[in-house]
Amino acid sequence: MMVAGNEYGKIVSIEYAIDKVMDGCTLMVGGFGGVGSPPTLLQEVFDKGVEQLTLICNDTAFPHIGVGPLVKEGRVKKAIVSHIGSNPIAGSLFQEGKMEVEFSPQGILIERIRAGGAGLGGILVDIGMDHEWLSKGKPIVEVDGKRFLLERPLTADVSLVYAKKADPFGNLVYGKSARNTNPLVAMAGNITIAEVGEIVPLGELNPEEIVTPGIFVHYIVKSRGVNWKWAWE
Amino acid sequence: MGMGIRERIAKRAAKELKDGMIVNLGIGIPSLIPNFLPKGMRIMFQAENGILGMGESPDKGKEDANLCNAAGYPVTIVDGASYFDSATAFAMIRKGLIDVTVLGGLQVSEQGDLANWMVPGKRVPGVGGGMELAQKTKKVIVVMSHVSKDGEPKIVTECSLPLTARQCVHLIITDQAVIEVTKEGLLLTEVMAPYNVEDVVANTGAFLQIAPSLKRIE
Repeated sequence: MMVAGNEYGKIVSIEYAIDKVMDGCTLMVGGFGGVGSPPTLLQEVFDKGVEQLTLICNDTAFPHIGVGPLVKEGRVKKAIVSHIGSNPIAGSLFQEGKMEVEFSPQGILIERIRAGGAGLGGILVDIGMDHEWLSKGKPIVEVDGKRFLLERPLTADVSLVYAKKADPFGNLVYGKSARNTNPLVAMAGNITIAEVGEIVPLGELNPEEIVTPGIFVHYIVKSRGVNWKWAWE
Repeated sequence: MGMGIRERIAKRAAKELKDGMIVNLGIGIPSLIPNFLPKGMRIMFQAENGILGMGESPDKGKEDANLCNAAGYPVTIVDGASYFDSATAFAMIRKGLIDVTVLGGLQVSEQGDLANWMVPGKRVPGVGGGMELAQKTKKVIVVMSHVSKDGEPKIVTECSLPLTARQCVHLIITDQAVIEVTKEGLLLTEVMAPYNVEDVVANTGAFLQIAPSLKRIE
């Protein structure tokens, strides 16, 4: 079997990669209820002790899964998410005013992330128009007689994603429903770090099957695997 | 609600699904619906994390942590299934390609307004994907208990809780009744034993028309 090279210098140690995750930064993390979140990167970010994070993620996962521990230990100053229902500690922190939460409907959140990753200035949506919280401070734009809310794009200092396979250029292939928000989150990071199950030599991935082109990926680290117990286990 | 009642509601909701439909099920009671579908019915179940074509729950020990529904629970897929990112999943939803969604509810108004995502000052879990599903799906079915834990009607003239979406609900299925939301208001079409019409009217906080063809479900 061919061993993957490091032709583009993107394959790095985990310590080197997460050096970019600093106190007060905006951190975007792939995954949906923890499924498809990068376990090794999140553990290292947690152990590094960074705090005052602005976290952008589909949800706050479960207290012991995915981004859950960062939230639980008060490392997150503000969360931009679609729900916090599966993490009761996130709910308590929000109610006690210890963590700011910006809710976005799920499909709008991911489209804002896509817009950020696609270099767009915003998106026009008709979801949440008459909701006091969700429409607050957002311009109304009329197009051909229809009214829309202007939702702003989201980008991050660092994006963390999880994929099944990468090649040394950073081309990514995901695993089943663990794909979820990862391809969009990968596009929206100023620096994107991909944690992957396997690194294969250049040329081994079929170009037809690549979901995230490596241009969006700056660093690649090898996963140590999931270190939490799933809610269903 | 006991398990028997939850299953009874799910069984009734299953009758609304037809061969060839694209369906998105919410968490809780809706997730029980596939257990009550006739064998061989072709339904493509969509999950907003990025699956079209979910199958049965896997056997114990056969779970795949990378193959889960939107609630994070392991599923399987059927022939013809596909995986995609969650932006694509919501493109399907917002474009109106989902035939039926079955959601839980906290309150439904006589206009078909749905409140199912927050109780101010008490529970603020966030809306998840419910707002888009409720607003954009061709047919929205709400399954819930007829009254709250405190015995308050959940079917009301106007919702007092923050809305998920306006005028979106088509059918309400509870432990006591099946109610259609029509342009002329709420229409009681079925009553679930042991309740009778008087019970249902007393437990509903909005005006109910009684269908001439009213059925009693034993």
